[in-house]
Amino acid sequence: MPTSNAIELRNISKFFGSVVANNKISLDVKKGEILSLLGENGSGKTTLMNMLSGIYFPDEGHIYVDGKEVTIRSPKDAFDLKIGMIHQHFKLIDIFTAAENIVLGLPGSLNLDIKQVAADVKVLVDKYGFKLDPDKKIYEMSVSEKQTVEIVKMLYRGANILILDEPTAVLTPSETEHLFDVLRNMKQDGKAIIIITHKLNEVLEISDRVSVLRKGEYIGTVNTCDTNELALTEMMVGKKVSLDIERPEPENMELRLEVKGLTCYNLEGVKALDDVSFSAYSGEILGIAGIAGSGQKELLESIAGLQKVSSGSVTYYDPKSGNEDELIGKTPLEIRELGVALSFVPEDRLGMGLVGSMGITDNIMLRSYRDGKSFLTNRKGPKKLSADIIRTLEVVAPDDETPVSKLSGGNVQKVLVGREIAAAPTVLMTAYAVRGLDINTSYTIYDLLNEQKKKGVAVVYVGEDLDVLIELCDRIMVLCGGKVSGIVDGRTATKEQIGLLMTSREKGE
Amino acid sequence: MHNEKAKEPFVRLVKRPSLPFWKSWLIRIASVLLSLALCAVLIYMITEVNPLRAYTAMFEGVFGTERRIWNSLRDTMILLCVGLALSPAFKMRFWNLGGEGQILMGGLITAAVMRYCGDSFPTWLLLLTMVITSLVAGGIFALVPAYFKARWNTNETLFTLMLNYVATQIVACFSILWEAIPGSANIGIINSATKAGWIPTDFLPGIFGNFNYSINVIIVLALTAFMYIYMKYSKHGYEIAVVGESENTAKYAGINVKNVILRTATLSGALCGLTGFLLVAGSSHSISTSTGDGRGFTAIIVAWLAKFNPAIMVLISFILVFLDKGTAEMASQFTLLNESFADVLTAIVLFFILGSEFFINYGLVFRWSKHKEVK
Repeated sequence: MPTSNAIELRNISKFFGSVVANNKISLDVKKGEILSLLGENGSGKTTLMNMLSGIYFPDEGHIYVDGKEVTIRSPKDAFDLKIGMIHQHFKLIDIFTAAENIVLGLPGSLNLDIKQVAADVKVLVDKYGFKLDPDKKIYEMSVSEKQTVEIVKMLYRGANILILDEPTAVLTPSETEHLFDVLRNMKQDGKAIIIITHKLNEVLEISDRVSVLRKGEYIGTVNTCDTNELALTEMMVGKKVSLDIERPEPENMELRLEVKGLTCYNLEGVKALDDVSFSAYSGEILGIAGIAGSGQKELLESIAGLQKVSSGSVTYYDPKSGNEDELIGKTPLEIRELGVALSFVPEDRLGMGLVGSMGITDNIMLRSYRDGKSFLTNRKGPKKLSADIIRTLEVVAPDDETPVSKLSGGNVQKVLVGREIAAAPTVLMTAYAVRGLDINTSYTIYDLLNEQKKKGVAVVYVGEDLDVLIELCDRIMVLCGGKVSGIVDGRTATKEQIGLLMTSREKGE
Repeated sequence: MHNEKAKEPFVRLVKRPSLPFWKSWLIRIASVLLSLALCAVLIYMITEVNPLRAYTAMFEGVFGTERRIWNSLRDTMILLCVGLALSPAFKMRFWNLGGEGQILMGGLITAAVMRYCGDSFPTWLLLLTMVITSLVAGGIFALVPAYFKARWNTNETLFTLMLNYVATQIVACFSILWEAIPGSANIGIINSATKAGWIPTDFLPGIFGNFNYSINVIIVLALTAFMYIYMKYSKHGYEIAVVGESENTAKYAGINVKNVILRTATLSGALCGLTGFLLVAGSSHSISTSTGDGRGFTAIIVAWLAKFNPAIMVLISFILVFLDKGTAEMASQFTLLNESFADVLTAIVLFFILGSEFFINYGLVFRWSKHKEVK
């Protein structure tokens, strides 16, 4: 029986250990429509789409393509079903041309007629109105061109169902406009398109329908013409949940850190921070909210001296001497010696904050191994400190020499937090401190942060769970696309208010 | 899907949790014995030589006379010294494949000092100059690629490898410049009459005999102890480990990654240069393009097999030298077991040693042993 649905998902679930990434999600995508998949970080959007593209295999549920039940075990199965996914990180070979990348991995005869491929590609490009030269090498291309190659690659393979994972995150506004034109052309051609995004204005502009996920649950689907930003935000962030996190009143607030006009570019040359200004005070927790990749990482790393900054200043007010120190231009070591501690590195605790192959004691030393004039390291102090941390934070580890990469995420985090706090900082910056941790460990971390706050430390807490941010932080600064879109009071702010600040860009963008 | 039993493969690989110390060594020793057994079968099948006699010949080649014992020790120490030199660089994930060239440069400058200062310098100053210049020469040959790596992130593998050819050509040039007999391109034995700059071979004759390489051995063993402490307990060693594991972590910890790369690569090259000194002043008293004899590459096996642990490197170096010298003697005693056959035997033993590492990391689970997993 013919159906107008290109894809139907029924009761799809995916578990990672005890974490429920997707819980019984049912979703339809029609032919010739653009569906937006909307949700906060960690709501399970990408996981769901990875199951369609053959990267993950669902633990429960059924997938129907064109009305027929299918089993997608690998990306190849997905291709055979004409499903193509364009990932956030492009999978292209730099020294190959666009055409060469497009045919890469396709079966064919021994002789590759690359001119014919290029001609075929040209036909596709013209049909949908892309801008692409098939003979251009990838390394000569802009981000937008690379993305075009990825999309054309899928079309060349005959994809009828296209999944785009945050396609506009890397594009300029005019490039975004062009992408949307192309997507509309493809829609006209009867292709089903799923677009994963956080940006509400784009959702409203491009999609026919919007499906919303929250914390792995399916919330609902609405027609774009029947909704607005506020309604979508409510669906996305949900009602306020009470967590009962302690929030002591700030005491003896003193200016500790003043950031003015901070601007920097990331490795891809995209502006990661755009004229960011704020102040952090001792004895308070400043929360930083925002969609992942809005500049949080760059902001913390700029302050810690790890990120090249193109303009702006960061002034540190030393509580002991009363001096004002400019941090931009200082090495990470010099900044650290002033008492600014960056801890819990985003996404990659083991890739930056710790050395995975080393034991707890050796990792504790990362801070202090330089101490003393001796040529040799002093392990006595770190060994005692690691014993203290293991005891007070209840770290579960066979011994202090077991490589930390073999410990669970929560224990890894405790080691890192314990070390950073032990350095008695005056500014403590944390990024996604509780990501991947269970409830109890998360509360241990909140308690530790509050303890630091009471001691008069200026705590900067980059978080993703709005409920936690609202209950833990005194003030919350919201970043959107590298800009500060607002600073709100944690005691009065609502999730909707922050959600809107996170997603709606300022005028003129 | 439900018929799980039918799908269970006959045998599959399972990553093991870390084995206790004795168990992993049991596997290693068993693999060596197994390789010797296989070699014995091969020897008998192909040449009908009694394998025990062949193995006896190997022992004779290595331990047969006092002179042979000292030669084996000397070669073990040379190989060990290169392994020690490479390990800090490798631990930092700086692939120094230029050991060969660094050895040659160290040897060449040693030869030059012996040649030009041999008559005028007192012995202590002469030897000191030779040591220092060989360290510097080898160090420079590693510092150059390290600088390019630190500054422009060039590929050190290719760079260090190509410098081997540069070093070989420089040595070839000096072989002609200094040749003993015109047209021979061979510089002969340096200071053969005065023995100036030769490392004495009659150190403590009461203990080591009238002819010994005890000074070579003492120098390298002292270096082994130093490297053990350097890598494991020093601040430098800690930095090397962090940089090797993750440059991001190193930067975060405030380590100057560029400096660590420069310093460690230079140390690696300098110690290779020191090996050149030991080769020229301590055994050959001459220099040629083949002075390195591929040790810059063989030592990579030494460093990796020992997982950069200097103590284990002693053992690995000895096994390699044992195989080399033993099979050479075997080939000379039995015409059928020629040098190519000797190479085959060496390869089999090495293959088994390498293979044992696989079985230390992975266990085999057979279909019928599944019930055992339940416990």
